[in-house]
Amino acid sequence: MTAATLPAPLPRGGGVSRFLYGRPGLVLLLLLAPPLLWLGIIYLGSLFTLLAHSFFYLDEFSGVMVREVSLDTWKEFFRSPAHWDVVLRSALMAAAVTLASALIAFPLAYYMVRYAGLRLKGLLYLAVMLPLWSSYLVRVYAWKLILAKEGIVSWLAAQTHLTWLLEALLATPVVGGPSLSTSYLGTFTVFTYIWLPFMILPIVAALERVPATVIEASGDLGANPGQTFRRVILPLAFPGVVAGSIFTFSLTLGDYIIPSIIGKSTPFLGETVYRLQGTAGNIPLAAAFTVVPIVVMGVYLMIAKRLGAFDAL
Amino acid sequence: MRSSSRQGPRAGIGLKAATLGAVLFLHVPLLIIILYAFSIEERSFQFPIPGFTTQWFAVAWEREDVRRALWLSVKVGAIATAAALVMGTLAAAAVWRSRFFGREAISLLLILPIALPGIITGISLRSAMGLLEIPFSTWTLVIGHATFCIVVVYNNVLARFRRTSRALIEASMDLGANGFQTLRHVILPNIATALLAGGMLAFALSFDEVIVTTFTAGQQATLPIWMLSELIRPRQRPVTNVVAVFVIAVTFIPIVLAFYLTRDTQDTAGALK
Repeated sequence: MTAATLPAPLPRGGGVSRFLYGRPGLVLLLLLAPPLLWLGIIYLGSLFTLLAHSFFYLDEFSGVMVREVSLDTWKEFFRSPAHWDVVLRSALMAAAVTLASALIAFPLAYYMVRYAGLRLKGLLYLAVMLPLWSSYLVRVYAWKLILAKEGIVSWLAAQTHLTWLLEALLATPVVGGPSLSTSYLGTFTVFTYIWLPFMILPIVAALERVPATVIEASGDLGANPGQTFRRVILPLAFPGVVAGSIFTFSLTLGDYIIPSIIGKSTPFLGETVYRLQGTAGNIPLAAAFTVVPIVVMGVYLMIAKRLGAFDAL
Repeated sequence: MRSSSRQGPRAGIGLKAATLGAVLFLHVPLLIIILYAFSIEERSFQFPIPGFTTQWFAVAWEREDVRRALWLSVKVGAIATAAALVMGTLAAAAVWRSRFFGREAISLLLILPIALPGIITGISLRSAMGLLEIPFSTWTLVIGHATFCIVVVYNNVLARFRRTSRALIEASMDLGANGFQTLRHVILPNIATALLAGGMLAFALSFDEVIVTTFTAGQQATLPIWMLSELIRPRQRPVTNVVAVFVIAVTFIPIVLAFYLTRDTQDTAGALK
């Protein structure tokens, strides 16, 4: 305890070390400079470059981008109802995927936290982490195998004499299609599958923070297990669901690979951006489109913060 | 947190079934990929599989384009991981050792490249590269990958730092070590496994990345880009199946290792991608 009263001994050794010792501010600057320069210049710089591009416009006749500030691109963006269709379709898909993920994730998370023993819990944790980190493309590809017309789902339906059910599903207007791999149903299934782990982990984190004593108190005060679940556990775990929904919603909104491999030809937001900057060569309009997910996610994050989702991350 | 030893209510059959269902939903597709890699059927995704063979593994290994793509992926992953290790550790050290203005903003800045949809990061980098007229090369790929790998290292190392007692460093200084000796003999051994776990996760993330990569690759093909082009325009399906199995193996190993390296600590590696 004397160290607090004695003057700190000056470090021996190199001059650099001695020089830095008395200058914590300088050390901090040296530590922060590389990552901040990298992300500040390369990442934020690029992001602002892109946003700035939305104020340039494409010359109508030559199709060449004109680097002059104007609102033409934004006018074009707001004028076309087709653009709004794309935004709406993507938002609806993102919402549906988020809801489905939450419904599948919650029982698993709940079992993991409340009932599983330590060993089983570790295994379940790994079972969620492996798909999360394993190859995104490979997992999409797996579904192409499963949903293909001659693939496993059709075979299973035939074996269980449920082909009529599959056909009825595919005959449903809007969500159906010629086969599962070319319908919104297929797109929806694959999105849910790919982003599900992002929903499970925050719910697990939130459930773990519900103290066992609170649950016991609820029982002691006369609530039956159902009431305890509805009125104690669910409200306390809800921020976790919201935190998970940030990922499922944002990732679905921006993805362009899944709907281009599995689904109909009508484009989603990500595909539209990709096509505009690629084959169409309309970078200003593509830039205007990328503002949509940024704004949507900004609003979403604000609501999520109010619901306490950030404490559950 | 409730362990099984405590007398608690038992899980109902419905809950157990839902849990099992979710786990199967997550894993059966991966098993199916492995199954198809051994199929003798070349043209379609026919199920049940008509017969089994291992010949496609040899065919895939002989393919020049697959090897080239694999080598590019390994190269980009290694360089991006090295860059992310340096920058992620520096940022974690800064946030851990001092409070300063904008400390919260740094976490946000680091997480932004993976919180915003990848297409935004990708198209941003591409438009900036276009504006500066930077030609596509291995380095444009590395720039994109390192940007989103930093946060993985940062999360792992910061979690370890938070459990490292500052008293250790003070003791080292009191015993006469200078700053570099403390770094080499006290700090680095302490965060070594976190660095290893973070590095492996960063590599797995880079090895698999496709969205940002398509924008910064130009004509180059990493393994995921090769895979994507096969998904859109299939040439030889069995080879794609074999490469898919290979990719599963390459990403599984680091993840399982990273999990066991950080298992005893509170924040398990990769909990938040």
